Amino acid sequence: MSRGYFNEFGGRFVPETLIPALDELEEVYLELKEDPDFKAQLKSLLADYSGRPTSLYYAEQLSSHYGGAKIYLKREDLNHTGAHKINNTLGQILLAVKMGKKRIIAETGAGQHGVATATVAARFNLDCQVYMGTEDIERQALNVYKMEMLGAEVIPVTSGTQTLKDATNEAIRDWVTNVEDTHYIIGSVVGPHPYPMMVRDFQRIIGDETREQIMKKEGRLPDYILACVGGGSNAMGIFYPFVEDKEVNLVGIEASGSGIESGKHAATLSAGRVGVLHGSKSYLLQDEDGQIIPAYSISAGLDYPGVGPEHSYLKTIERVEYQSATDMEAVNAFRLLSEKEGIIPALESSHALSYLEKLAPELDSTAIIVVNLSGRGDKDINNFKKIREAEADA
Amino acid sequence: MLNISEQFKGKKPLITYISGGDPSLEMTEKIIYRLQDEGVDIIEIGIPFSDPLADGPVIQAASQRALENGTSLKKLIAKIKDIKANVKVPIVLMGYYNSVLNYGEHQFAKDISEAGISGVIIPDLPVDERAKLTEELKAKGVSQILLVTPNTSEKRLEEIAAKCSGFLYCVALLGTTGDAREPYPELEGYLNRVRRFSGDLPLGLGFGIDGPEKVKKIINYPDGIIIGSALIEAIQIGNTETEMLNNAGEFVREIKRAIKDYS
Ligand SMILES: Cc1ncc(COP(=O)(O)O)c(C=O)c1O
Repeated sequence: MSRGYFNEFGGRFVPETLIPALDELEEVYLELKEDPDFKAQLKSLLADYSGRPTSLYYAEQLSSHYGGAKIYLKREDLNHTGAHKINNTLGQILLAVKMGKKRIIAETGAGQHGVATATVAARFNLDCQVYMGTEDIERQALNVYKMEMLGAEVIPVTSGTQTLKDATNEAIRDWVTNVEDTHYIIGSVVGPHPYPMMVRDFQRIIGDETREQIMKKEGRLPDYILACVGGGSNAMGIFYPFVEDKEVNLVGIEASGSGIESGKHAATLSAGRVGVLHGSKSYLLQDEDGQIIPAYSISAGLDYPGVGPEHSYLKTIERVEYQSATDMEAVNAFRLLSEKEGIIPALESSHALSYLEKLAPELDSTAIIVVNLSGRGDKDINNFKKIREAEADA
Repeated sequence: MLNISEQFKGKKPLITYISGGDPSLEMTEKIIYRLQDEGVDIIEIGIPFSDPLADGPVIQAASQRALENGTSLKKLIAKIKDIKANVKVPIVLMGYYNSVLNYGEHQFAKDISEAGISGVIIPDLPVDERAKLTEELKAKGVSQILLVTPNTSEKRLEEIAAKCSGFLYCVALLGTTGDAREPYPELEGYLNRVRRFSGDLPLGLGFGIDGPEKVKKIINYPDGIIIGSALIEAIQIGNTETEMLNNAGEFVREIKRAIKDYS
């Protein structure tokens, strides 16, 4: 595999201005990755600051509701700031400090990555600006307040569809302009090399812990692992350590919004074509002229027309199966987990949970499913009005 | 097709950028004629794209207007082919890699060469990415114009210059198109460094050149200059087609005068 590619997917399709920064980032990352001090510092931050390891919880009530497989939840929602995003931002902020950068920028959709970035920028005393589409600012207002409380500036993005895709464009433009003193903390396994590889490496702790925990609890590997896929970082994080274990079925669940047939969806791998967006070659939603088609999902964190290149690779080699869940299916799963287990999941994670309805009853009680509960749903409580409307329409 | 480097002989050419299909392909045709009549030496035409991440607000908006009226790469190439006989200066297409990839790299090279297009600039396709485009363009004799920036390493300058043809696009600052801040503080040193690797390739300087004053400051260093956002803004101020075309003409005359006066 040549540098920065997963077979034909990946690469560095960016303006020349960014090449030196990507070279530097790759070099510093590869060096630090093996550095004992760096590893110890990151490990201690993940443990004492973020609260890792997160638990692997046997969801007994949910399992008996479906009457099939044993369901475990990998509780990434218990991380500091409420989602897996902090695993990546902690790693990247240490790199930024090492590279002597003075300023941090990020893009955010649901605001979880924005909050996780603002948090580590506060902790390491770096200036922080977060690009966020105006549509997302409205539907994820709580996270906007949090970012501001943390001392970050949220820059509203009014171009294009005013969601994650456009926030990413603006962040890249900012980086092109301020590349000498700024580090761009990308929030998922997307973007130009080395981001997809590096963010995956920072997120693989989810899968590494899961393996250890399930071996301890069950003495064997799970039959299925489910994760939602926006850009794909929580999914890559939990899948990656299991890719070689062929007996473990890996299922990524994308957001199909109002349904793939409706054209209003974010199911990039299920319904897209290969192209180049935000610096890498991967599946994406595009029309016959190659224009990017705006994605749609009730969940801001999945509302993205691209996907990480490694997912495109895992799809084409058929190692991971990609499915999708509609807004309604996610909302039902959101409610169900809240009621059965007393855990309010993020709407993003609810997409992964919703697939249990299809899968769990089909399996017998000896089967084991792990769902990556990528985040908690506090941020989505404001969406309840929308959720009720969606339910009323059904 | 017309030769790009010929335009650098005996003068510092003015290269102008407009977005294809902004506000319509018919208007693009008229603007092309006006620009060449006013003495523009090379015309760059932007392929409208939904996510132009190397562009500032002016070209983003221009691209958006073009898309809203239904401009596609197919229609744009067809238009240029249609008016081929009337075009007297080299035409260069500038656009994002996804447009080309989606069109098909082989087909793209074939169709644009038949349309008489002389060169291509793809700002998000660095020299070391795996793309068939370079070979396909070469086979058709279409120039691939590559970009360098003030922070490009010497190793890359060498590689880029070796694969570039037509002219070498030197980005004036670290930024997007239309960034009107001052050019890179050590512009002279930057371009001298580029020249150590560029051999016979002429150097075009662009990004943020917004009027005669800026031209005066920079014109000594490059072999030609590229202007996009400022021209588009001048055109946009017009309320009618005639006004728009007259604005384009007046803008070009001012710049041409500045190039002549200060060179
Ligand atoms: C809780 C949660 N899960 C998942 C995602 C989707 O991102 P990814 O696919 O990179 O994990 C987000 C993004 O904001 C999120 O907040």
